[in-house]
Amino acid sequence: MDTLDTNNWLLTALVFAPLAGALVMALIPEKEEDAQKQWAVFTSLVTLGLGIFLLVDFDYDQAGVFQYFVDTEWIEVIGAGYTMGVDGMSLPLIALTVLVMPLVFIYSWNHIPSPGNPKAFLMLMLILETGMIGTFVAQDLILFFVFFEVVLLPMFFMIAVWGGEDRRYASLKFFLYTLFGSALMLLSFLALFFLTGAETGDYTFNMLALSENAGDGIVRSTQLIVFGGMFIGFAVKVPMFPFHTWLPDAHTQAPTQGSVILAAVLLKLGTYGFIRIAIPMLPEAAEAWAPFIGLLAVIGIIYGALGCLAQSDMKRLIAFSSVAHMGFVMLGISTLTDFGINAAIFGMVAHGLITGMLFFVAGSVKDRYHTLDIARLGGMLVQAPKLGWILGFTAMASLGLPGLAGFWGEFPAILSAYNPAAGLPEETFRGYMVVAAVGTVLAAGYLLWLLQRTAMGEPSEEFVDDPEITDVSTIEWIAWTPFLVLIVVFGVAPGLIFEVTDPAVVESLRGCLETGCEAARTAAEAVGG
Amino acid sequence: MSALLAQAEFVRPPIDWHAAAPELTLLAFGALLTMMDIGWLERGRRAAAPMASIALLATMIPILTLAADGADRSMFNGAFVVDNYSLIMKAMFVLAGYVVVLLSTNYIAEGDYWENEYYGLLLSSILGMVLMASARDLITIFVALELLSIPAYMLATWRKRDLKSNEAGLKYYLMGVFASAVMLYGMSLLYGSTGSTLLTDIGAVLDTGADPTAVVVLGIIFVVVGFAFKVSAVPFHTWAPDTYEGAPTPVTAFLSVASKAAGFVALMNILFVGLLGRDDVVEPLMWVLAAASMTVGNLVALRQTNIVRMLAYSGVAQAGYMLAPLAVIGDVPDTALGAVVTYLVIYAAMNLGAFAVVIAAARKTRSAEIGDFRGLFHYAPGLTVAMTIFLFSLAGIPPLGGWFAKFRVIEALIDANNASGVALGVVVAVNSVIALYYYARIGLGMWAEEAPDGDLSRVDVPPSLVAAIGLTAIVTIIFGLGLVVGDFTDVSLLPTGI
Repeated sequence: MDTLDTNNWLLTALVFAPLAGALVMALIPEKEEDAQKQWAVFTSLVTLGLGIFLLVDFDYDQAGVFQYFVDTEWIEVIGAGYTMGVDGMSLPLIALTVLVMPLVFIYSWNHIPSPGNPKAFLMLMLILETGMIGTFVAQDLILFFVFFEVVLLPMFFMIAVWGGEDRRYASLKFFLYTLFGSALMLLSFLALFFLTGAETGDYTFNMLALSENAGDGIVRSTQLIVFGGMFIGFAVKVPMFPFHTWLPDAHTQAPTQGSVILAAVLLKLGTYGFIRIAIPMLPEAAEAWAPFIGLLAVIGIIYGALGCLAQSDMKRLIAFSSVAHMGFVMLGISTLTDFGINAAIFGMVAHGLITGMLFFVAGSVKDRYHTLDIARLGGMLVQAPKLGWILGFTAMASLGLPGLAGFWGEFPAILSAYNPAAGLPEETFRGYMVVAAVGTVLAAGYLLWLLQRTAMGEPSEEFVDDPEITDVSTIEWIAWTPFLVLIVVFGVAPGLIFEVTDPAVVESLRGCLETGCEAARTAAEAVGG
Repeated sequence: MSALLAQAEFVRPPIDWHAAAPELTLLAFGALLTMMDIGWLERGRRAAAPMASIALLATMIPILTLAADGADRSMFNGAFVVDNYSLIMKAMFVLAGYVVVLLSTNYIAEGDYWENEYYGLLLSSILGMVLMASARDLITIFVALELLSIPAYMLATWRKRDLKSNEAGLKYYLMGVFASAVMLYGMSLLYGSTGSTLLTDIGAVLDTGADPTAVVVLGIIFVVVGFAFKVSAVPFHTWAPDTYEGAPTPVTAFLSVASKAAGFVALMNILFVGLLGRDDVVEPLMWVLAAASMTVGNLVALRQTNIVRMLAYSGVAQAGYMLAPLAVIGDVPDTALGAVVTYLVIYAAMNLGAFAVVIAAARKTRSAEIGDFRGLFHYAPGLTVAMTIFLFSLAGIPPLGGWFAKFRVIEALIDANNASGVALGVVVAVNSVIALYYYARIGLGMWAEEAPDGDLSRVDVPPSLVAAIGLTAIVTIIFGLGLVVGDFTDVSLLPTGI
């Protein structure tokens, strides 16, 4: 496969700038809290600057080709390479990451959660940023795996130290679930390495080469098992029903910043893994697994929505809505079509912006009311009208109102299920489509109900004269405006993302998925025979 | 004696002094240390620890020159071999010994224990390990094993006024001697059925497949069981928790890292050089030992309240991970050997580091209860960060060293390309998750909870401990980033060499 390697210092700089910032942060004395915050914002802005350079310099005419491609030796003995590249599939997600992080740091300016210690808190977030960007640029399975895991420790500590009442339970649960998934994923990576190597004679973890070979020559039953390992690894991270139970706990207990990062970026590591690794490398197995994945996706949509309706805690409700939204993303992916996967990537970005924003609002509500119990809240539009309107706006975006970003994640994903890839059972997917459509109704239900109970009506007695309940502060405006603007921009001009992702998605689905694996195999046999 | 004299034409076998230089250096310094004690009596106390450090660093010199030289050397008909593998293991033993000296310096001096004898015995035990790395003969292996074990028995009882320490030493001694006896019997069976004590000869006889008798199988089982005691594999691990808890903590660190590694080295020498022809017996044996060790070790570790006991059980589980590649030695011998060597080296760094932090923290808390690690972050952030690195490295979280070790193990298992290998790989993967629970729980306690008595006075950590912790932490991270570790794979015990 062709690659472009001009300016290939860029990805290394982009990935390791936050880490370097974290190391420098270690030298700032503990007392200098302002300096620490300034430094964190500065580091993330430098990273954002590099990201903007990437966005500007990226050759959009060749979005299907890996650009800024680096490929050198790393751990020679196991055949792992330091391989990085960006194409249209990873670009939106990288942009999302480098954009969200500075906003989170700005928000942290006067929102360091108890028990304080901003230095450690900010350092963990910077390390997290390195892990996230690294996962999106890695083009080597081992490098991918390492970055994929690097995010675990900082997130674990963010929840465990700065989280809510039940933080110990939630953090351990998060850690154990994800590690279980990734341990099996690693087994699959190794199996793929040896099986592909035995077939082609070239033992490599290079993702381009593995996608190129696309599981050719590996026995079908083995392919199914290997895909199963990857499936568990990524599905836990997404999270898909029934692996989702860590998410509501983690989200509810995590500090606001942790929830925002988790929702905006971390969950996308799982879905990204599906479209970057699992499907292109084992398309035949993907085809076999797809109806099952689609089924779990729609169960997730309905289950998440019903879960939302049952919640009394605002943050937990938003967490369950994540399960439902990621269900739409996974439904799009499970169709294995160009259309569905494009919708999925859009859905990832939209969900990142919208749910991230919802968690910001939830965090600010918690700061003011010291509770997230929906029954006790109310009348936010009276007491803090701007905050209430932002909540309303974001809720509308989340339920998929046309004209806002959420629509373009949900609607095409549902639509794509009407016409899944050749070789997939059409009736089944059309059934999924109906169920998913019901899910959007439920989504409107729980979001409007949330809005009605928290923002409308009169303030409850206990908060009516509470002086702490103020409207949106300047810091919050700075941190939130980009989210709100982008939700509108992507809602009005979805092409901004679709045009970037499409060539790369087409490239990743090359070969057997265009025509259906069965047909591709018959054709190949006909040519060969 | 008379028989030897009667052999009129006895010729001394040629000795390659360079090849024997590491052992001889260590021996010379050990003798010097003992002399110092005799000559200076109490005045020698303060010189003992520095002397031991110098001895170990000086031993590194011939190891490095041999490595630079690069040629494989063999002496005594092949009973003593110096190759890449043995040099890596020797260096590991010596450096692990050096870290143990750093750990011991204040502990032993402040505890009013005998110092010269302590370091003398430590050096003697390390000498046994260094010799073991080169031993390719049943008798040499046995001698090396006793040379490293007997001083260790004594070291375990070093806190002689403490009942637990006495219990530790006695248990270790009785179990150890029993294991030696079983192993010796197994060796005699192997010798009896193959006619040689040289591993290469045994290997040659077994390779022909001419003599598939039950005696050989019995011999293999006995030898393996003997070493299973040494490396504390389930079900032969019962001595480890009590001994670890009772022995002085630096000695525990020594036992759990160096002594265990020596057991593995001996096992690998015998399995790869001698018994590869009977992998039909060895592989299932190792499979069961590995799976049982990691599962039982991890499950029992979940319930521990004492951190040293927890590390003991975690050590049992880690031994299981290290035994796992040996379950596929017949399929991918070189990969399996590389995996075990890599694991041993990385394990040495991270486990010694964990013990170093335990020793440092106990200087304030005077306890090794897990509960007393709560709130460590509030009064000792440096120790907390270090302990976090070691614990999560033991759990195998990238980018800390442990992940690479586990990766190599799983790689070897998958590379074997058979159902039993893959099944064991899944066992390893599931066990890593179980293990994370107890490692992460300590991490949680250190970071997220308050100190038990609200006492936030700082811990006074002496420089030698700082050096030990710093050294092991840096090594753990460097290995985790994939630097240097590649060299540990460049090993082979297959007969193509010499």
